Amino acid sequence: MKRITDLPKARLFWPVVTLVALLLLNAAVAPGFFSIRVQNGHLFGSLIDILRNGAPTLLVALGMTLVIATRGIDLSVGAVVAISGALACTIIADSPDPGSLGTVLAAVAVALVFSLVLGAWNGLLVAVFGIQPIIATLILMTAGRGIAMLITEGQIITITSAPFKVIGAGHWFGLPASIVIAGVMFAIAALLTRKTALGLLIESVGINPVASRLAGVRSRGIIWVVYVFSALCAAIAGLMIASNVTAADANSAGLYIEMDAILAVVIGGTSLAGGRYSLTGTLIGAFIIQTLTTTVYTVGIAPSVTLVFKALVVIAVCLLQSPVLQEKMRYRRSTTKAGALA
Amino acid sequence: MTTIVSTSARRGRDLLGSRFAPVLVTLVLLIVVFAVGSSRYRGFASGQVIANLFVDNAFLIVLAVGMTFVILTGGIDLSVGSVVALSTMIAATLARDGWPPAAVILVVLVTTSTLGLLVGIVIHYFQIQPFIATLAAMFLARGLCYVISLNSISITDPWFTSMAQTRIPIFPGFTISPSVIVAAVVVIVAFVVLHYSRLGRTVYAIGGGEHSAMLMGLPVPRTKVLVYVISGFCSGVAGVLFTFYTLSGYSLTAVGMELDAIAAVVIGGTLLTGGYGFVLGSVLGVLLLGVIQTIISFEGNLSSWWTKIVVGSLLLVFIVLQRLLTARRR
Repeated sequence: MKRITDLPKARLFWPVVTLVALLLLNAAVAPGFFSIRVQNGHLFGSLIDILRNGAPTLLVALGMTLVIATRGIDLSVGAVVAISGALACTIIADSPDPGSLGTVLAAVAVALVFSLVLGAWNGLLVAVFGIQPIIATLILMTAGRGIAMLITEGQIITITSAPFKVIGAGHWFGLPASIVIAGVMFAIAALLTRKTALGLLIESVGINPVASRLAGVRSRGIIWVVYVFSALCAAIAGLMIASNVTAADANSAGLYIEMDAILAVVIGGTSLAGGRYSLTGTLIGAFIIQTLTTTVYTVGIAPSVTLVFKALVVIAVCLLQSPVLQEKMRYRRSTTKAGALA
Repeated sequence: MTTIVSTSARRGRDLLGSRFAPVLVTLVLLIVVFAVGSSRYRGFASGQVIANLFVDNAFLIVLAVGMTFVILTGGIDLSVGSVVALSTMIAATLARDGWPPAAVILVVLVTTSTLGLLVGIVIHYFQIQPFIATLAAMFLARGLCYVISLNSISITDPWFTSMAQTRIPIFPGFTISPSVIVAAVVVIVAFVVLHYSRLGRTVYAIGGGEHSAMLMGLPVPRTKVLVYVISGFCSGVAGVLFTFYTLSGYSLTAVGMELDAIAAVVIGGTLLTGGYGFVLGSVLGVLLLGVIQTIISFEGNLSSWWTKIVVGSLLLVFIVLQRLLTARRR
């Protein structure tokens, strides 16, 4: 009995309830919502679609979680998404043989390496110059889209390259490739931070950078690592988005993805004040956001109302998780318990 | 002896380390950039080019003023761009339905101020980070635009068109639009409020340290909510000025304008951590962005994306500068 009443206090209780409620709402409207069928050895179904379309947001949110855990924030991920897509597509489009695997691998490698440089730049500003993360990454957020447009020369670059198409729209082991990539990155992040001391160190930097440095934690290095990782995740997401539409659009690729990612992290129960994080929470948060978009289509909400609907759900989840309401609920529960005792 | 040397040395440093140093740097940079433009292009250093800086950026000046209030308390308002779009949509729809202009403007200002009030309440009483709360407001305002209409609505109301076309000659070769006067009034009011009123002092005090402000008995909750109302109100005014400028309402307009406003405030020397900055600095920041845009349009073969790169680099310079100045103060 006690366990059930304690459930609402669990960190991931409200996010999970929201996700389940959204999924049930979908199933109630569209009866075949949960069915997954196999076609040509590939899995198809609404749930798979949610996972596939949510993969870029999940990747970006994954990097963002670790950044936020160090009490930082990375606003530049949308720009990094645009840059990596632009870079890869330009290289592939300019090469003599766009369809060859070698060209695609080279393009992907260049895009990923460049993202490491961008991440290191953010890390430099935050860790070495000590600039507030929100401002430091604002620079790349503003300039980054300009850089992406410089790479594509302001054009939308369309490419036809079968190996590149695989990243965003292909299948591996019967699953969409983007799910596999996002899953592998998630597993790597989870293993590295939860099976080694890295997660603990990240949290200690988030709680108190000075104290952790005095305790012998290399907080500079840790901060550097999380920004580079965030940029890398964003670059992979950028490749996915560019590959899915087989084009690089410097203007609109990854537009507002930083907002979606930050929302996913916050909905997942990671505090923006840093110091504690939940990768599983981020996973749930990213899927809530993607399911929300899908719900809008299945329930048949007019596209014009989509954004209002999304905003209201976000506000509701944030208010439910707000310290004030949590406190009130705890207070009410304790008073009713006291009343029962008397 | 040593004390005399050190004080005189400190006095020399004080000129650079004074309260106004970041604003002075912006002013010098503005003059330098303008001089570079004048030396490169014929017709750049004309009165009308300067006047157009104000005409083309009147709405951004108003937006930056509202943003300055929020940032001075250590907050941030990401919703301003969407709120501008929402204001243009409301104005265009009501004007199309034959509402009198005064009523249209009243509805716009009341709506945007109310939205600001709600955001402020959520931020202060529910303790949700300004970043997240204004992000949700940004989605909400943009969503409401779509609900009103997905298409662009043009404004044919005679009063609005007259406001768009009227040019007021100040002296020969220097004409401004009514929007500039509105922007000037907003700036003056903001300046007086920030520097000569109790509200202004409380705003600075909250930015300097919310806890200390509370312990000093200052009305922290009221002021914290009020800055978001001011920002909402300014966004509404900016939205109305924007309709004078474009004579239409469109739900996809002003995307990313919040970044321009934040950039102008930062370049104007206001600390994003709050507690330090001047509204006149923000005006200089807007003008600097405007001059850069003018140079890029005069250059002709330079594409618009260079604006973003230049603005990003400027942000970097000013942020590093702020960092150095605050580090020295400590």
